[in-house]
Amino acid sequence: MLAKVIADETRARRGKLRIFFGASAGVGKTYSMLEAARVIRTSGVDIVIGYVEPHGRIETEKLLEGLEQLPTMPVNYRGTLRREFDLNASLARRPAILVVDELAHSNLIDGDPAPRHAKRWQDIEELLEQGINVWTTVNVQHLESLNDLVAQITGVRQRETIPDRIFDEADEIELIDLPPDDLIGRLKAGKVYVPEQVPTAIERFFRKSNLIALRELSLRRVADRVDAAARASVLTDRTSRAWMARDRIMVAIGPDAQAEQLVRAGKRIADGLDAEWSVVYVETPELLRLSAAERNRRIDLLRLAESLGAETVTLDGPSAAQVLLEYALTRKATRVVIGAPKRRGVWAWLRPSTTSELIRNARGFDVITIGLADEMHPPVGRPAPSVLAEFAAPVHWKRYVWALVTSAIATAVAFAMFPYFELVNIVMAYVLASTIAGVRFGRGPAVLAAVVNVLAFDFCFVPPRFTFSVADVQYIVTFAVMLIVAVTLANLMASVRQQTRVAGARERRTSLLYAMSRELAATRGLNNMAVVAVRHIAEVFDCQAVVLLPDSGGRLRHPGEAAVEVSFKNADLSIAQWVVDHGKRAGLGSDTLPAAPALYLPLTDEPQRLGVLAVLPANRRRVLLPEQRHLLETFAGQLGLAMERARLADQAEAARVSAETESLRNTLLASISHDLRTPLSVIAGASSTLVERGRDLDEDTRQSLARAVETKAREMSELVSNVLDLMRFESGQIALRRDWQTLDDLVGSALGRVEERIRSHPVEIVIPPELPALFVDANLVVQALVNLLDNIAKYTPPDTPIHISAQVDDALVLVTVDDEGPGLPAAQRERLFDKFQRGQDEGSVVGVGLGLAICRTIIQAHGGVITAGDRPGGGARLQFTLPTKEPAS
Amino acid sequence: MHRILVIEDDAAIRNVLRVLLCAEQYRVVEAETAARADIEARTHRPDLLLVDLGLPDGDGITVIKEVRAWSTVPILVLSARTMDAQKVAALDAGADDYVTKPFSAPELLARVRAALRRSARNIEQPPVLQLGNIAIDLTRREARSPSAEVHLTPLEYRVLDCLARQGGMIVTANQLIREVWGPGRLGDTRSLRVCIKNLRQKLEANSSRPQYIVTEPGVGYRLRVPLVTDAVPASSRRAD
Repeated sequence: MLAKVIADETRARRGKLRIFFGASAGVGKTYSMLEAARVIRTSGVDIVIGYVEPHGRIETEKLLEGLEQLPTMPVNYRGTLRREFDLNASLARRPAILVVDELAHSNLIDGDPAPRHAKRWQDIEELLEQGINVWTTVNVQHLESLNDLVAQITGVRQRETIPDRIFDEADEIELIDLPPDDLIGRLKAGKVYVPEQVPTAIERFFRKSNLIALRELSLRRVADRVDAAARASVLTDRTSRAWMARDRIMVAIGPDAQAEQLVRAGKRIADGLDAEWSVVYVETPELLRLSAAERNRRIDLLRLAESLGAETVTLDGPSAAQVLLEYALTRKATRVVIGAPKRRGVWAWLRPSTTSELIRNARGFDVITIGLADEMHPPVGRPAPSVLAEFAAPVHWKRYVWALVTSAIATAVAFAMFPYFELVNIVMAYVLASTIAGVRFGRGPAVLAAVVNVLAFDFCFVPPRFTFSVADVQYIVTFAVMLIVAVTLANLMASVRQQTRVAGARERRTSLLYAMSRELAATRGLNNMAVVAVRHIAEVFDCQAVVLLPDSGGRLRHPGEAAVEVSFKNADLSIAQWVVDHGKRAGLGSDTLPAAPALYLPLTDEPQRLGVLAVLPANRRRVLLPEQRHLLETFAGQLGLAMERARLADQAEAARVSAETESLRNTLLASISHDLRTPLSVIAGASSTLVERGRDLDEDTRQSLARAVETKAREMSELVSNVLDLMRFESGQIALRRDWQTLDDLVGSALGRVEERIRSHPVEIVIPPELPALFVDANLVVQALVNLLDNIAKYTPPDTPIHISAQVDDALVLVTVDDEGPGLPAAQRERLFDKFQRGQDEGSVVGVGLGLAICRTIIQAHGGVITAGDRPGGGARLQFTLPTKEPAS
Repeated sequence: MHRILVIEDDAAIRNVLRVLLCAEQYRVVEAETAARADIEARTHRPDLLLVDLGLPDGDGITVIKEVRAWSTVPILVLSARTMDAQKVAALDAGADDYVTKPFSAPELLARVRAALRRSARNIEQPPVLQLGNIAIDLTRREARSPSAEVHLTPLEYRVLDCLARQGGMIVTANQLIREVWGPGRLGDTRSLRVCIKNLRQKLEANSSRPQYIVTEPGVGYRLRVPLVTDAVPASSRRAD
C-alpha cells in the first residue's frame, strides 16, 4: 500500500512516458507518433522532436515538416561521423513533450564525445526524471523477457533490448497494429526499407508466419499489461497484498548454456504469477575451477537477471542440490525453475544431476524443469579448466616426495609383517598409507601414492614375488579397490580443502569490512574517515580509490592533499557529480557511462548526498564479479553510514551548543537588564532633576547630581564594553594582535587604567628583571589584568593589600595576583570563571559577573590557563600563565 | 583664540563638544560628513581638527589623509574602544593623538591643549625635560639628578627626544622605531620594549607604575610630562 503511494508520488513528479508499440519494423509506429504529434501541436502543446530515424521514408519526412526539431549531435565513431540524439540539449530545451524514436537504440559507447548512458532508454529515464514527458517507439522483439522467444520464432537474435520494467511502467502504451499481409504489401512497395534490401528482409525476417507470431506476441504482451494494471488496482482496493499467499520463484542456474534460457523463462513465469523471483547460482568447488570466460558469462547472466527484476544470489556449498534445497526452504520458494537433467543412463544413476536430486527432495515447492531449446546443444565436453589463481592451491613438490616416503614406509612395515600375516592384512598397510597421503598431501600426491602402493604391493608381495606379473586374477580386484578408495578419498579431501580456502577468502574480506568499520568508528572528521576507507578499500579490492566529498557549495571536489599513495587522483568529477545528483552508481560495469575506466558509487541512497566513492581497479573483471561489486557497495554503504553518523553527531553537538548559547543569551538579558536599569534610573532621575529644577538647587546639590550622572554613565559604559567584548570573543571575531611585550609594561598600563578604583589599595609588584618578553596581545592582557584588579576592588574592603608577582615556568610565565581580602567562597570556586558568577549575591555590587569570564577567555585565547585559589596567609589568589614563545603554527 | 574643527556625525556628541570647547574659549566649526570636512578645513583654516573615525560618507582616515596632504595642523581622533586597529591606522595616516569614546571632559581638554601647544612650538629646539627631580637636556644629551649623574645611552636619548618632540601626545611604536632605529627595523618592537624598560628603570621612581613614560597598550607611548617652559603653571594646577 505504502509502496504504491510512494510509486504514485514519484510518478507525479516524473514525466509521462508514452510508447508506440509494434510487432515489427514497418507497422508505422514512427508515422503514427508523428501524426499524433502534429495533432497535439495544433492545440498549442509545446512538443519537440528530439530524434527521429526517417530511414529515408518520404512519408515520415513529410510529417516532420512544421514540427520543431532539436539539432542532433555529431559523434565521431571509429572514423565515421554519426548523428545522435542530444540528451543535454533536450534537458536544456525542456519541452512539455519530447519525441524520441527507437527506445531500444544503443548509444555509441566508444564514440567521441562518449554518451552519458549506454542505452537510449536510460536517456529517456533521465528525461522522465527531470519531469519531461516523452513519446517513443519500440518493437516487441526488443523486450528483454521476450527476447529468446522472438529469437526462437524468427531465428534472428535481437541484440538491442530494453528492460521490461520500462515497458511495464510506461504511462501509456499505444499498440500500432497492421495485419501481416498489409505489412508485406508495404514492404514490397518500398515503404519500409530501401528497395534493394527488400528480398533479403522478406526472406529472413518478414515471413508471414513470423509476422503472425510476432503480432500475437505483442497483442498478448499489451493485454498482459492491461490485466496487470487492473489487478493492481483491485488489490490495492482490498486491504493488503500480504493477505494473498504470494508465489516466490527461485531460478537455479548453472554454468551451462541453458542458464540464459532459464532466466528468461523464470521471468515469464514470475510475471505470469505476479510473483517475486530470485536467481540463484551455486558455487561448488567444482565450479571454482571454471575458466575465466565461463565465469564472466555467469556475471553477465546475473546482470541480465538483475535487469529483468530478479534478486540475484550466489551461494556456496559442497553440493548444489543441498544448498538449493536449504535456500528454497529458508526463503519459502513456492516454485523452483531448473534445467531438465541432461545425464542419461548409468551415468545419471551413478551421479544423479542436481535437478534429479532436487526433484527427489522437493518439500513444499514445485519444481519446474525447462527443456533445452531446439537451437541449443548441450556443451560438448568441459572447457579447458583454468583454475582461478585466487583459489588455486599451489603445487607443492615436497608433498609428492612425502607421498613416496609414506609408500616406502608402508612397504617397510609390510616386509616386517610379511612373515606373520596373510596378504589380506598386509594390503591394509598400503590402504592406510594411501589414506594418510589422501588426507595430508592433496589429490596429486595421493594419486601418486596410490599408484606406487599398488605397484609396490604387486612387486613385493603378490606371487610371483619381485615381478609385476600377477598369478591370481583376484588380486586385480584388490588393486582396483585400492586405487578407487585412494582417489575418492583424495578427491573428497581436496574438495573440503578448496571449500575451506574459499570460505577463508570470504571470511578474510568480511573481517576486512569489520576492520574498516571499527577504524571508522574511532575516526573523527569526514576527511580522515575518507582516508581510512580509501586505505582499506584499496587493500581489499586491489585498486586505487578516492572518496569525493562535496564542499560547502555542494560541488564535489578532490581531497586537498593526497594523503595515501593508493589515492585515485584522476577521478572524473563530472561523472561523480552525476552519481551524487542521481544517487545511482556510474562508470565501469554499470548502466551509465560503462566505458569509463573507474567505477563511481554513491555513499548512500539517502537524499542528503554524502559523497562518492570512485574506484579504479587494477583488474577490471574483479570489480565486475557481482559478489565483488556487492562487497564494494557494502564498503561504500558502511562508509556512508559512518559518515552519516558522524554528521548527525556534529549536528547534535551544534544543537546542544546553540541551545546553550540560547540559555546564555537569556541569562545575559536578565542580568544586563538589571545592571543597566539601575544606573539608567539614576542618570534619568538626576539629569531630569537638573533640567527641571536646576535653578532652584544650590551649587553643591547640582554638583552631586552631575557627579552621579557621570559615575553611573561610566559604570554603564564599562558594562556595555564588557558585554560587547565577550560577544566578540564568543563569536570568534577577535583575532589576537600578538606582539612582544614586557610584563612590567602590561601591569603598569593595567594599574594606570584602574588607578582611581584601587587608589586605597596598596599594590606590591615583584617582577624579576630577567623575565622574558611575552608574545601576547597587549590590549587583551591589560584588559584581563584590569578585570582581575577591578574584581579585587569590588570584593575586598579598602586598604586591602594587593600583590602582583611573576615567575618563569619553562616556556610560560606564571603571573600571580594576590589580595589579602576575605578570600574566595569555596563553594563557588569551580564556577568562578563562568559567566554571570559573582562572589556575593546580587544587589550590593554593580557589574554583571562577566569580568572573570572575559579573563578566562583572554587567557585561553593565548593558550594559557587561569586558576583561582587561596593565598597562603589569607586572601584570594588568581594565577594565569602566558606564553613566552611564538606558537608553533 | 584657537579655531577647532569638529568632524562628527552624531549631533548630540557635537553639541557636547561645542559646549565643552566654547566654555574653554575655543571657537568651534562643525562638519557632519567627510566631504564637508575638507571644505570647512580649507575655508576656516582651523588650528586643530577633532575627527570621528566612523563617518557616514567615508572613513575618518580619508579625511586625515586629505588634510595631511596640505597641512600640518594637529589632528585628534575620536574613536570607540573596540577600534584599536583603526586607531593605529589613523595615527599612521597622520593623526597626532586619540581620545577614546566615551571620554571625560578633563581628558579631552588636556589632549586638545597638548596638541595646540606642540603646534605652537613646532619649530623650536627640544627643551630641557624635568622628570621628577631628574633634569634632562636633550640637545646636550645630559641628565642629572640631585644625587648623582644619570647615564643614558644614545638610543635612549633618541627615544626620549622623539617622545618629547610630540609634547605629551602619543607616538606609535612604529613611528618610534622608524625615527630611532630606521625604517629597516620596522616591526621589531622587542628592542623598543627593552629600551623603554631601561629608560623607566633609570628615570621612574617605580618602574612598575610609570608616571612619565606611559604605555598605551597596543598603540604606542606618550611622555606625560610638563615641559620646563610651562612647568610652573602645570605644577601649580596639580597643587590645587
